[in-house]
Amino acid sequence: MPTRFSQTIIPYLLPVGLIAFWQVAVATGLVARNVLPAPSDVALAFFELAGNGELVHHIWVSLWRALAGFAIGGLIGFGLGLANGLSRTSETYTDTTLQMVRNVPHLALIPLVIVWFGIGEEAKLFLVALGVFFPVYINTLHGIRSVDRQLLEMADVYGFTRAEMFWRVVLPGALPSVLVGVRYSLGIMWLTLIVAETISASSGLGYLAMQAREFMQLQIVVLAILIYALLGKLADSIARFLERATLSWNPAYR
Amino acid sequence: MLEALTATSLAPLQRDRTGAAARTVAEPSVATGGTAVSITGLTKRYGDKTVLSGIDLSFRAGEFVAIVGRSGCGKSTLLRLLLGLEKPEGGEIRIGGQPAPRAGGDVARFIFQEPRLLPWQRVLDNVALGASRTVPADRRRPLAQEALKEVGLADRGGEWPSVLSGGQRQRVALARALVSHPKLLALDEPLGALDALTRIEMQGFLERVWKHQGFTAVLVTHDVSEAVALADRIVLIDGGRVALDVAVPLARPRVRGSAEFGAIEGQVLDRLFAGR
Repeated sequence: MPTRFSQTIIPYLLPVGLIAFWQVAVATGLVARNVLPAPSDVALAFFELAGNGELVHHIWVSLWRALAGFAIGGLIGFGLGLANGLSRTSETYTDTTLQMVRNVPHLALIPLVIVWFGIGEEAKLFLVALGVFFPVYINTLHGIRSVDRQLLEMADVYGFTRAEMFWRVVLPGALPSVLVGVRYSLGIMWLTLIVAETISASSGLGYLAMQAREFMQLQIVVLAILIYALLGKLADSIARFLERATLSWNPAYR
Repeated sequence: MLEALTATSLAPLQRDRTGAAARTVAEPSVATGGTAVSITGLTKRYGDKTVLSGIDLSFRAGEFVAIVGRSGCGKSTLLRLLLGLEKPEGGEIRIGGQPAPRAGGDVARFIFQEPRLLPWQRVLDNVALGASRTVPADRRRPLAQEALKEVGLADRGGEWPSVLSGGQRQRVALARALVSHPKLLALDEPLGALDALTRIEMQGFLERVWKHQGFTAVLVTHDVSEAVALADRIVLIDGGRVALDVAVPLARPRVRGSAEFGAIEGQVLDRLFAGR
């Protein structure tokens, strides 16, 4: 029987073992340093960049872009999802257009975006917002569509006001689906930002990695990749926390 | 004590009078009593299909009526018409002398086959949502707590509906219907989804609540034995018409095994199969 302690330890055995193997492989020359830097080199790069404040600056810039773009795209997607889920008229006017635009990969717009916005902040915000918009929109719309008909009928029979119908029945009923959209779009948020910053930026983690590549400082490139992974994990944890906080009524999330 | 005495002795008089004065006297704080229902020439069609053709029925105030019939005979449609959830093609329904309001207003409440509780609201909040919208929002929770007490779940108000058993959830639904003190309660096979034992338990429960509150109950069921156990009167609908309308003169609580019980059950079942 695995104890509580070993339950916490065992999941980390594999990653720690892999890092140890990686260190040994580079140290013994099995893998050339200019192909893959050793974990110790990456750690040194981390302390150096963290020490001179450069790392914090780039992380902050990237985080701000990610969250601002997410807020803009997410709110528009949520708003349009609500409007089209609640109003047949609104859906008739906009849904077909949105579905057509959705099928264009938003990263395909990068050349156009560079022409429009140059390499300023707007370009990154635009791309992140666009990428984040669709998962939130589609899942909000789907969530509202799939609210239990029986509950809607009950609310009607029991004389719920329009406000009660929305706040007590429709919105809570759609929320699990909305949050699925949020989690999905958090992944797209990082992906879009990495690509945008790698291609055109003068600050941020993607820029840091591209600069390092120019000077063959692979340890910094690996460091940037690891930080992206951590930030992604952090965003996912926040989404899971939101799910647990708002869906505690649902046995599946308890 | 005195109030209770005058209320009972006045009751026959009130039935004769129909003025507003009589109604205010007949409205005590908790036991609301029932309301009379009269249905005349009620006809309902879906396309070419006539579901109900010229139904004439009247229910006394506080009467427990069971409506039985095979599936698709129109018994649920009758209930939905009674609550004003659908419009009839012909005929009229009057509740307490008034035309049936949409969704029953605050006079009537509907209980579905499923509990239909909002899973994201605590039990107490679910019940509070059944309160009349004329009651100020801050007074609804105390009323809900009172209704939960009535169904024996006073201590479960803080739970999520998902942790309750099927029978308990249906009792919460009953509390939600009772919180507005309706004068007419329409029940559409409310115990149909429960297991046999819980169903019998719930029948006894429903009977107690009805006796205590005195509303007019209209129970649609396919279970003849349930109808005999609960109702003052059984109405059998067949082919869109009233095929049988019998009183159940048994003393309460009723004993299922008794000869009289069996005789009435047999009479209804015979008529049910005769229509085939």
